[in-house]
Amino acid sequence: MTAAALKPQPPRKTEPAAPAEEVLYAARRAIYPQSVHGRLRTTKWVLLAITLGIYYFLPFVRWDRGPDAPNQAVLIDFPTRRFYFFFIEIWPQEFYYLAGLLILAALILFLMNAVAGRVWCGYLCPQTVWTDLFLAVERLIEGDRREHMLADAGPWTLEKVAHKTLKHSVWLLLAWWTGGAWVLYFADAPSLVWDLATFQAPTVAYASIAVLTFTTYTLAGHMREQVCTYMCPWPRIQAALTDEYALNVTYLYDRGEPRGSVKKAAVARAAGEKAGDCIDCNQCVNVCPTGVDIRHGMQLECIQCGLCIDACNNVMDKISRPRGLIAYESEKNLEARAAGLPPVRRIVRPRTVLYTALIALVGGIMIYSLADRSTEGLAAIHDRNPVFVRLSDGALRNAYTVRLINKKLEPRRFVLTLDGLPDARIAVVGTESGPEGDVLTVGPDQTLEARVLVTHAGKLDAGASIPVFFRIRDLTSGETAIAKDHFIGP
Amino acid sequence: MSTAHDSHDKGVDAATGTPTTGHEWDGIQELNNPLPRWWLWTFYATILWAIGYWVVYPAWPLVSSFTPGLSGWHSRSAVVEQLADLQKLRAVSSAKLANVPLDEIEKNPELLNLARAEGRVAFADNCAPCHGAGGGGAKGFPNLNDDDWLWGGTLEQISATITHGARSGDDEGHQGNMMAFGPILTKAEISDVADYVRSLSGTGPKDLPSVQKGAAVFAANCAACHGEDGKGNQELGSKNLTDGIWLYGGDKATIVQTITNGRGGVMPAWTSRLSPTTIKALTVYVHTLGGGQ
Ligand code: SF4
Ligand code: SF4
Repeated sequence: MTAAALKPQPPRKTEPAAPAEEVLYAARRAIYPQSVHGRLRTTKWVLLAITLGIYYFLPFVRWDRGPDAPNQAVLIDFPTRRFYFFFIEIWPQEFYYLAGLLILAALILFLMNAVAGRVWCGYLCPQTVWTDLFLAVERLIEGDRREHMLADAGPWTLEKVAHKTLKHSVWLLLAWWTGGAWVLYFADAPSLVWDLATFQAPTVAYASIAVLTFTTYTLAGHMREQVCTYMCPWPRIQAALTDEYALNVTYLYDRGEPRGSVKKAAVARAAGEKAGDCIDCNQCVNVCPTGVDIRHGMQLECIQCGLCIDACNNVMDKISRPRGLIAYESEKNLEARAAGLPPVRRIVRPRTVLYTALIALVGGIMIYSLADRSTEGLAAIHDRNPVFVRLSDGALRNAYTVRLINKKLEPRRFVLTLDGLPDARIAVVGTESGPEGDVLTVGPDQTLEARVLVTHAGKLDAGASIPVFFRIRDLTSGETAIAKDHFIGP
Repeated sequence: MSTAHDSHDKGVDAATGTPTTGHEWDGIQELNNPLPRWWLWTFYATILWAIGYWVVYPAWPLVSSFTPGLSGWHSRSAVVEQLADLQKLRAVSSAKLANVPLDEIEKNPELLNLARAEGRVAFADNCAPCHGAGGGGAKGFPNLNDDDWLWGGTLEQISATITHGARSGDDEGHQGNMMAFGPILTKAEISDVADYVRSLSGTGPKDLPSVQKGAAVFAANCAACHGEDGKGNQELGSKNLTDGIWLYGGDKATIVQTITNGRGGVMPAWTSRLSPTTIKALTVYVHTLGGGQ
């Protein structure tokens, strides 16, 4: 519980009434959220359209990379171990970009939380977005709150059966499409769609779709707010990260109480007594997708979707009272109002500044490293057994396995040289040294492993371990890469 | 369970209106927020799942065996299946390797990489116990990275040695060995010839009086196999004594021991154990370790 619960507030109705028996398990309370119109609802529809639009259609976006790479804009290519994102191509050893993205995501989540509490939960979380979509389907088929409740309470009629069948079929269809879109990120989308339709796709594709169909159908259709209340860790983490300046969906009890009908309020006001603006119409409760009564203060179950704000604003419009009886407010502001002080708005606070700075820093590092990403690489491993070899003529030889990396989508020719050991001879197994030196050709977007023998005829101190540097240079572009290792003597 | 706590007062939490369990620690009350019923069902479902698992998969140990499960799945057979899949996957590249003459492989970068990759694995499985993980050798087991070869370092010679071995009992294998001179030479003669042998490669001093005497002993007894100049003979597997590379050790005590008792290390014949393609890959691998001729 956050501190808000400890503030003076209207007593909470003790529902359910304190049970005589100790109850360990409770059945889920059915929730029939009523539809609502308003600014925040519209915002949510827009965000839903954008996020789901991206999710469902992004795999079909094309991006030409030339003949040696796939032309899908976003592709996680497991067989060749590449991740393509528009102009970016990530190799498995560059996984840190993903780590960076995850860190950024966490920081952005923290920042959102510092500014407006669980705004992520209410507007952008996939659980919320898909639940919203499924609820819309439900309302379309089974009617709005009242109609739906009546039907559910009533006997099983042919119409009810038809409605339920239709609803679950549409849900399953949506869930299936959700799973289907997921697998399209892992293979060429158009051809995979064709393979799926003609039953030629790999089993794992069908299995993934089945699992995701099941989870989407269950989580968005049946579990809904239970996921947020019982399964998701973010509400708990969020509660530990928030502070009294964060904007939260809040009922301004000082303005709302005492509740009463419009008439009673008018009478009270005429008599010079205090009358609240809340007419106890329960609209805010009826529209709530988590079944919360926001007038009891901030609660764990509330996902901060703001729909109760829209609902109450509509009521206030009707009874010609100012909007904002339920509004995004900070705890600090609530205190200020109670003390009769002017409202305080502080978006710029140490924690928001810190989060922003961290986001800028991590983002900056990522952009820099991406822009500075070299398209060639070299790695060397010294032989471990034997560490060195004495040849018949007394010379010493060390052997290395080097790997050349070509991240460009064209074949490249590199010349391999060694620095750090002036009189050493270098030989690459399987290649003849030509006039340009030891030249190695690496295919497009590929690596090449080569065995390199370094022979040194001079004398070495006992136990010598001399740093050496392998260098590759692109014969066309002149780009280089260096790998450090050691030349080891007896 | 909780009836034991009936002495505590169960009440209702003032701030939230939630019933309490009556448990209290340092003034902190435990509220009774019941778990959702589906949570309980999930728990039962996991129990059912476990039972199903026992039925389908191998699960319970018995005295001398185990319950096999209805599916017939077994980790052992799973490995066998995966190996078969792997073999199928490799069939294409193995065929390529099989059809190309030995001396063509190293000229083709793709085939060279293929052969080295296959050879590396075969070497680790079969050769590394004696020759070391990277062919670095050990006392009595030649280092395969240097350019000193007992039986020759060309592709043909390496292939022959792997296929038929040395002193392996294979008729086509290498036969020669270092005989024991203990019964033939006196202790002093052996000591002299050891000094002489050490002087050939510069391992020991050249100006000792024993070196002169040893030279005569060498010419009479050793030169037949190791050659007048001590450079050895790959036909016989007799070692080149002039290059400072020693199979058993170049210190005087070891050389005296070698001369006195003889040597005859065995390299097994692999022809019956490895496929011709694997031997081909191994040959290329050993040849490209660095010393191939
Ligand atoms: S919608 Fe507004 S007026 Fe109606 S009950 Fe809720 S807070 Fe009161
Ligand atoms: S109380 Fe209001 S903001 Fe919270 S979940 Fe319900 S409708 Fe959304």
